[in-house]
Amino acid sequence: MDSEWKRFRDSPNSEELTRRSSFPDEVLERVLSLLNSHKDRSSVSLVCKDWYNAERWSRTHVFIGNCYSVSPEIVARRFPNIRSVTLKGKPRFSDFNLVPENWGADIHAWLVVFVVKYPFLEELRLKRMVISDESLEFLSVSFPNFKSLSLLSCDGFSTNGLAAIATHCKNLTELDIQENGIDDRGGSWLSCFPESFTSLEVLNFANLASDVNFDVLERLVSRCKSLRVLKVNQSISLEQLQRLLAHAPQLTELGTGSFSQQLTSHQDEELKTAFSNCKNIHTLSGLWDVKAIYLPTLYPACANLTFLNLSYAALQGGELAKLLVHCPQLRRLWVLDTVEDKGLEAVGLNCPLLEELRVFPIDPYGEEIAHEVTEAGFIAVSNGCRRLHYVLYFCRQMTNAAVETVVRNCPNFTHFRLCIMIPGRPDYTTNEPMDEAFGAVVKTCTKLQRLSVSGLLTDLTFEYIGKYAKNLETLSVAFAGSSDWGMQCVLEGCPKLRKLEIRDCPFGNKALLSGLEKYESMRSLWMSACNLTLNGCRALAREMPRLNVEVMKEDGSDESHADKVYVYRTVAGPRRDAPPSVLTL
Amino acid sequence: MSIPLEHDYIGLAETSSMERSPEKISSSSSSSPPRAIEGNNSSRSNNTVLNLKETELRLGLPGSQSPERKPGPVGVSLFGKDLENKSNGCSPNPLKNFVFGAKRGFSDVIDGPPGNWVFSVNGKSDVDLGKGAVLFSCRGEKNNTQQACLPVPTKIVGVPPPPKPVQENKDQVSTVNEHGSPPAAKAQVVGWPPIRSYRKNTVASNLVKNGEDGEGKSAAGCLYVKVSMEGAPYLRKVDLKNYNNYTELSSALEKMFSCFTIGHCSSNGLPGRDGLSERCLKDLLHSSEFVLTYEDKDGDWMLVGDVPWEMFTDTCRRLRIKKGSEAIGLAPTAMEKSKTQN
Repeated sequence: MDSEWKRFRDSPNSEELTRRSSFPDEVLERVLSLLNSHKDRSSVSLVCKDWYNAERWSRTHVFIGNCYSVSPEIVARRFPNIRSVTLKGKPRFSDFNLVPENWGADIHAWLVVFVVKYPFLEELRLKRMVISDESLEFLSVSFPNFKSLSLLSCDGFSTNGLAAIATHCKNLTELDIQENGIDDRGGSWLSCFPESFTSLEVLNFANLASDVNFDVLERLVSRCKSLRVLKVNQSISLEQLQRLLAHAPQLTELGTGSFSQQLTSHQDEELKTAFSNCKNIHTLSGLWDVKAIYLPTLYPACANLTFLNLSYAALQGGELAKLLVHCPQLRRLWVLDTVEDKGLEAVGLNCPLLEELRVFPIDPYGEEIAHEVTEAGFIAVSNGCRRLHYVLYFCRQMTNAAVETVVRNCPNFTHFRLCIMIPGRPDYTTNEPMDEAFGAVVKTCTKLQRLSVSGLLTDLTFEYIGKYAKNLETLSVAFAGSSDWGMQCVLEGCPKLRKLEIRDCPFGNKALLSGLEKYESMRSLWMSACNLTLNGCRALAREMPRLNVEVMKEDGSDESHADKVYVYRTVAGPRRDAPPSVLTL
Repeated sequence: MSIPLEHDYIGLAETSSMERSPEKISSSSSSSPPRAIEGNNSSRSNNTVLNLKETELRLGLPGSQSPERKPGPVGVSLFGKDLENKSNGCSPNPLKNFVFGAKRGFSDVIDGPPGNWVFSVNGKSDVDLGKGAVLFSCRGEKNNTQQACLPVPTKIVGVPPPPKPVQENKDQVSTVNEHGSPPAAKAQVVGWPPIRSYRKNTVASNLVKNGEDGEGKSAAGCLYVKVSMEGAPYLRKVDLKNYNNYTELSSALEKMFSCFTIGHCSSNGLPGRDGLSERCLKDLLHSSEFVLTYEDKDGDWMLVGDVPWEMFTDTCRRLRIKKGSEAIGLAPTAMEKSKTQN
């Protein structure tokens, strides 16, 4: 830095003045270290070489949206001071079993590089990656400063791996295990935290099924004074919950266990007291097997509640209504469709500040449709919750008019994910396609970033999207469209498109190849069960060497047919760990 | 390949060697949307018959055979034989609510690689709306024979307007049919609806758990029991506390299940619900077509109507609308039982 500064002073000709930043690098780095958003940092790094360097030296957290877009070596070369890594692996449709088991996204190759380049790594956040017990053990013993592990929708490991983490990570502050394909071999991992261990701040094992030793848990909670997030699993009863809360009234996020134990009135009182002592709870979840009769115990804790996740709690509409009265600050609500339209009306009435709503189906395959939400519920929410900008709505019937009304009421949608669970279902009152519904969405919601479409849709929907959705970044399409033209409209019309995932649509090679120029500006493209052929994919791969074009073959399908295609930009070249069923062209 | 069963909800059975009573064969093809047709090894080649088949409601999946379906009398309408002829006048609208299609419509993932349903539709790209029509695909006017069945999953579902020619899907259908007999109840499209496995499995197991606790998940004051109907793609639930007598129950069930029967229209060609309720219950109970039965506390299937209403609501665990032929064996048993009980 000194030499730079000298050079600046010694040769202040105008060219150098404009070239050099007016700050010494150290100052620049200091300033840039205040930037957290990786998008901002990306922009900063493009300004000039100095800024690029300052940025790379000051970056401590790296976010990699597609683990195959870059190699760990390249990352380590560019960013020498990383403490925290977020990695996403498999295409999103792997959540729905569309990606072969052994497709890839194994974290181990990354860990091997990190142990050398980032020995002081503190945080690892993985989504849709494969991580084995061996990798977890390796992680736990190789990084002495390791603090924070978050696994979402990952697989390949068992509770033994968690035991290794609990045993060896002396400085652990966060263990967040969510919705993974974990091999649950029992709850003994929790007992692996040493008695001397007190640093835990976040513990989330809500999605593990096995019983844990409650005494161990209770002691752990009571000695970790900084614990602010605690999400337990179903094995924890109400009575046990009360004891945990008594030890940790400072909690800001709580995931309860089972909410259905038979309580004596004394226990009921105690629980209520425990909740009322928790003044800082802003996020509540769990409530497994909820019996509505016990809900009033938590009313005292709801005054500051901003996020209520009832997506595993089968509440009826009336029960939800009573609860919502106590949650005036609610911003985010996740529910099951057991609440029905009646429950959604209550949402509209009681949650004026609501920004996000997700409605999940309790019975997606609909063997016994005892409960569902309809377009009426959707409208009811939009009437009362004008600030709504994120919706995920599973239903079986919808109308164009209803969606038009909803977006008229709530024009600020950034995320609009409507899933009419019956593929190709038209507007059930008019029998028309749902084109106009999504047309209304894109025309009205100019800030739309993410869209999932469903129902019977023709190319017109995609014409609308291409024409109006100028801020769209993520688009999910299933069972829709009429011809290649639809996909072309989107590829040509949406400048900010980053992720496009398509299944079961009549889009073929022509559509695929129309996006040649586009794919390098996108993170990825997924197309399955469309009309692509191997030749079309080869043509794409040939034209665009910086894209990886992967074709996954199904057994027994036509030789030339490309059943599943995944295209993504990469600076790491074709990957070498693909299984035989995945062809990289 | 096991032969799936045909169930004719609009009482338009065709003559076939499958022990069906030959019934009125009205050509309702014009009025009703095509339906997925399950094949059987006879009579397919009969064109006349096929016309009817086009209008028959089917549950089937390619090659599927749902466990409780027995080959047997078909051509029964829930609300009276004499309504069958009127089916022509019925609008296809009841199908609107016929969501089953969706589920039934997809070839079974369990059975074959997901690819086997890939072809369906998308592949062949219909550009018009009707492509959707596959669900209730009348597979085929003529040769559909073999295949039949199946709602090749495509995008459909809703009520398709006039039947669209689905010949182009024939080849697809055959592929689908070759996949044996997936359990009808569970056939689904891979990865649809898009819900994470973890959530699907957790919520599903909670559903089962709650179901085992007894019918009423709700507090006392409700008495929800499941109601199933032979051949219907999904069950319903009714709260027995909402009704005071058998008539009310019957009328409610009639409304609930009317969407499964095109032949539900009254003799005026109008859906005459209220007027029909008394008669329908009687039809239900006394005709040989459909019979309303219930499972009592002991797990026995009894004929509805024998015991006083209060006793019935106390002992009823679930309801089932059974086909006449099966229920015939039931009635005497029910009588005996109530005799011994009383």
